[in-house]
Formats: sequence, C-alpha cells, structure tokens
Amino acid sequence: MRRLNLYALTFRLPIIIWQTLFFIGPLIFVVAMSFFVVRNFQMVETFEFDSWKRMLSRDFVWDAYVYTVLMAGSAAILASLIAFPAAYCLAFQTSARTRQIAILLLIIPFFTSYLVRTFSWYTILAEAGVLNGAVGLVGLGPYTLLNTYVGTLIGYLTLVMPLVLILQTVTMANIDDRLIQAARNLGCSPARTIWTVILPAGKTGFVIAALFAFILSFGDFVAPFYLGGSNPPTLPILIIDTTKAGQQWPRAAVVAVIMMVTLFVIAFSAIMYAYRKRASR
Amino acid sequence: MSDTKFMQTKRGFLKTGLASVALTTPFVNRAWAQTVELTMLGWYGTAEPDMVGEFEEANNVKFVPKYYAGGDNMLAALAQNPPGTFDIIHTDAEYAKLLVANDLVLELDPNDYAFDDLLHDDFKSFAGHWDDSGKLYSLITRFGHLGVSYNKDVLTAEEAASYEVFWDERLTGKVGHFDWHLPTLGQMSLLMGNASPFDIGEDAWKAVQEKTLSLKPQVGGYFDFGGTFAGLKNGEMLAMVGIGDWVTGILERDGAPVSSVVPKEGGIQWTESYSIAKTSEKADLALKYLAYTMSPEGQVKTAQMLGYPGHCVTKAGRALLNEVDAAEAQRSGQVDGDPRDPITLINEGRISYRDIPVQQTLEDWNDFWSEYKNA
Repeated sequence: MRRLNLYALTFRLPIIIWQTLFFIGPLIFVVAMSFFVVRNFQMVETFEFDSWKRMLSRDFVWDAYVYTVLMAGSAAILASLIAFPAAYCLAFQTSARTRQIAILLLIIPFFTSYLVRTFSWYTILAEAGVLNGAVGLVGLGPYTLLNTYVGTLIGYLTLVMPLVLILQTVTMANIDDRLIQAARNLGCSPARTIWTVILPAGKTGFVIAALFAFILSFGDFVAPFYLGGSNPPTLPILIIDTTKAGQQWPRAAVVAVIMMVTLFVIAFSAIMYAYRKRASR
Repeated sequence: MSDTKFMQTKRGFLKTGLASVALTTPFVNRAWAQTVELTMLGWYGTAEPDMVGEFEEANNVKFVPKYYAGGDNMLAALAQNPPGTFDIIHTDAEYAKLLVANDLVLELDPNDYAFDDLLHDDFKSFAGHWDDSGKLYSLITRFGHLGVSYNKDVLTAEEAASYEVFWDERLTGKVGHFDWHLPTLGQMSLLMGNASPFDIGEDAWKAVQEKTLSLKPQVGGYFDFGGTFAGLKNGEMLAMVGIGDWVTGILERDGAPVSSVVPKEGGIQWTESYSIAKTSEKADLALKYLAYTMSPEGQVKTAQMLGYPGHCVTKAGRALLNEVDAAEAQRSGQVDGDPRDPITLINEGRISYRDIPVQQTLEDWNDFWSEYKNA
C-alpha cells in the first residue's frame, strides 16, 4: 500500500479545495435544484421530476440544443481554420522575438471587456455601418449582418480567435523542426508536410484549441443575444428566458445540466482523441 | 498656587471642551440629519434623480433602487428577498392584483389622494388596485399605450395604422420584438378581433398562436430594454411589436425618425402604480412619496421621466405639464382636443388594459413565447 505523501498533498490541497468549493459543490447544487419546484415564485426544495419532464418534452428546447451545438461547432471549426495560416506563419516563418510580440498582442484583446468588444461590432456590422459603407463603395450591399447567425458567429470568433491562435502557435512552435525538414528533404510538398507531419505532431494542441473554442462558444450568452438578436435563441439565452419567465430556476437548472453533460461528453471524447496514440503497425 | 493651578486647569478644560465641540459638531449635525434610505423595487428609471431628486432633497431621503423588467421578476424579487428589503413597490397594474392576493402590500387610504382629479373614471377604480371588499392597495401613477412603433423614413402613419403592417414585405427581417410575451400576444389577440385580448378561449388562443407564428419570417430579433432602443435608433429594426411611445418617445426626443401609433385594431395600455410593502419600516415616508407622485409636480415628473415617458393620470398634473413643458405635452398628445389624446383613445374604446391571461396560465403564454422564438 502506498503511503500518503503529505509533502505532495500540501501542494495539491489548494486546487482540490478550490475545485470542491467552486466547481463540484455548485455542480451538485445545480443538479439538485433541477428537482426542485417553484410555487408562488418561490423555490421549494423537493425531489420531483416536473422540470425534467417539462423541458425534455418541449421541441423548442431540442431546437435550441441543436442550434447551439451547430453554432459552437462551426465557431470551433472556423476559428481553427482561420487561425491556422497565421499560427503557421508565426511558428515557422518568424523569429522567436516576433512570435513573443505577436502573442503579447494577441493577449491584449483580453484586457478589454468582451461585452465592450461585442458592442463595437454594432457600428461595424450595422447596415449603415463601416463594413456596409466600404462594400457600398464598389456598389455592393447593404448586407444584413446584425441579428443573424452570421452576427452570432462573428461574436463567437471575437471571443475565441485570439485564444485559438495562441494555442496553435505555441503548439506548432514546439514541433521538432527536424521532422519538417526531413519531410521536405524527402520531397513532401508544403501541403503534404502540413497534412502528414504538422497536423499529426500537433494534434493534441489543435484539438485542445478547438475544444476551448467550442466550450467558450457553447456557453456564451453575449454574442447570440446582442449580435444574433436571440433569433433563434441558444441554450444560454434559454436559461435566461426560463429564469425570467416565472423564475423557473429548476427548469433553467435542467438546461444547465444538459449543457454540462454535453460539454463533458465532447471534452472527454476530444481529449481521448487528442491523446490517443497511433496504432502500431 | 492652587488658584493658578486651578485657573490653568479651568483654561485647559475650556480649551479642550471648545476644541471637542468644534471637532464633533459636524458629526453631531450629521447624526441629527441622518439621511433615511427608501428602497424602491421598480422599472428602470423610477428611482433616478430626475424622478426622486426633488423629493430626496426636501425630505432628506435617499432612494435605493432595485430595478426589474417584467412583473414576474418583480414578484420573484419580493419572494426571494428577506421581509423589509423593499419599502415602495412600483408595478404594472396586472401584477398589482397578485401583490394584493399574496398579502404583500399595505392598505392605502383613498382619502389621502385626489381621486376626483383623475383624468378618467376607469382610473378611479382600476382593476387590481382595489380588492373585492373595496380596499385600496395600489395607487395609479402613470400610463401609456402600446401599438405599432415604426421608422418614419420607411412607413407613413397611415401605413402603420394596422398591425397587418408587420407582415409588409418591406419589413422582412426588420420587425423587432420587445422580449416579453404579454404585449406582443395581446396585440396579436387584438388583431384577431378579440375585444378582450387577454380573456380568450382555447380556439381564439390557438388562432393567436398561429397568427403570431406566421410573423416569424419577418422577425429580426428579440430585444431587451437596451436592444430595443438600439435596434430602432440605428435602423436595424424598422418596426417593433409590443412597444409604444415609452420607447419611441425617448428616441424622438433625440431626433430619431421613429414614432408610435395606436392602430385601428386598438392598442394596449400599460398602467403603473405604487404600493407600499407590508414589511416596510418606513411606511410613513413611503406614503409621503406616494402623495408626492400624485401632486401636479410629481405627475409632471412622471410624464417627463428620462427612463421612459408616460402620461399623467391627474387633471392638475396634465395642466401643469402643458404649462411648463408644452412641447412634451404636444408630442405625447396630452392636450385637450388632440385626436391622439390618450384619454380620448380610451373613451373611443380603442384601448384595452394590459392584463395577465385569464383563461390560460402565464406559463402557457410563456411556453408559447419560447416556442415562437425558436420557430
């Protein structure tokens, strides 16, 4: 039997306590709350399946679920694809100094509130905004971008793009340069080098970056509400709607639990895939 | 020796005493004149300085606002906060009856207020403000009408004079909703010809749902307070369902080309009132504020409220508004003889008072609203 290592435990204890207090505790409470009921606008602690039955039997909940998964998935894929060329360039075609400055610049957007950054898109995306003004100069538009799924996606990308770009850059910067040189010496084209060397070598980092993009977009309220006009609503908007409508916190808790289970399944699958080793021949 | 010592001591004593008095006087003054806090649960803007500043100054009071949007949230705030948290409750009439039903508010004395001065007889016995035994619990303070709100660059007042305009192809993707089921579904109910839009049977309710769902392709978004203002102001939304002059009035003041009209199918009236929480420990002061809101000066403030404008409920209030702010009185139609006069509209039978659903539950309407948003 292994002896308890007090020294190691001392360092692990703070994070264990933190996670217990601020993650596991609230998680248990949210699950428990989904079995409570609301009577006269007051939550009654009980164990009933009313909220589960009601929410799971409503089509609009599943419509919102599918829409949210699709939108968050699209944001993760788009962010990964758009960030990749820039990350490739920063990782392989710039000096370490330039890379450091670029990463610093990528962190700067996080200094300002995400809400403020989202609102700034109003002036850019509006029909009388900067973007339509620019395309109008060549006789195009105006295009409706606000209050559409395009607006929501732009908001999601505003949130996740810097993070995905940083993670991809760090991932590629850590790939052994000799592998890439070997591929090129053996006659690989740049595209094939990316496909057969860089993507497999950096798989873990790329998957984690996309996973973060998915998680952040999946739970985001701001972009679909302010840039998407809640049309249609995503699951976070549904949570807000549910609490506004008669203070139905137990029903909102059901949606929250569904979201957490979804994220857990997707994160677990993604991490399993990211760390899965290639089968030996 | 002893005298000298005594004199020194006496001098020292006097010095110390005077210094102490000088130093502590400000604190003593503050203690005597300590500001009393009145906590108000209300719609946004009701406890801002433009509304309560004058009363605060005159009575050494400080209002502490707790704002909500939608009557459900107001009831929840009351249910979820400890007794005594709120002193004054500002609410919509349809929810005032729930305050009375839940025994949350103090009985008021009708003799304290000039009910004879109210602009309309309906206001004197407004449903929900009185209980079945004729006791008063809620004091009417202001009202407004909901209809078609539109962009004047795109629609004329004549075109906007029917709810059918929301289906106009020029408005595809440009019709916005204030994200609350009661006003929109009430308007759809009026469009379907229901004289009592909130008291409808199952068939009529089904027809309202179908008509509302048919509007979905026109809808550009569902907005909160801020989004509603922004959507109309920046032209992203060319028409709005479920709002009225309480939004476009502010934008008009800023020069935006928007307006509201009560259409031929009729409008919905929002009616706001004040009640005093049963658990308030400052009921006397709260009563004083209620009296102030009914005074001509208080009524003018409610009409001019920066948060969102409303109409005066007393004749004296309207008269003073016409005297001190004729432009606002004209703009909002609060002028005797004006065809847009809100009192005239009520008298012509074109206005229905907003209510909670009578034959369905609030939950039914809420559920449909969620379904509609996801359609």
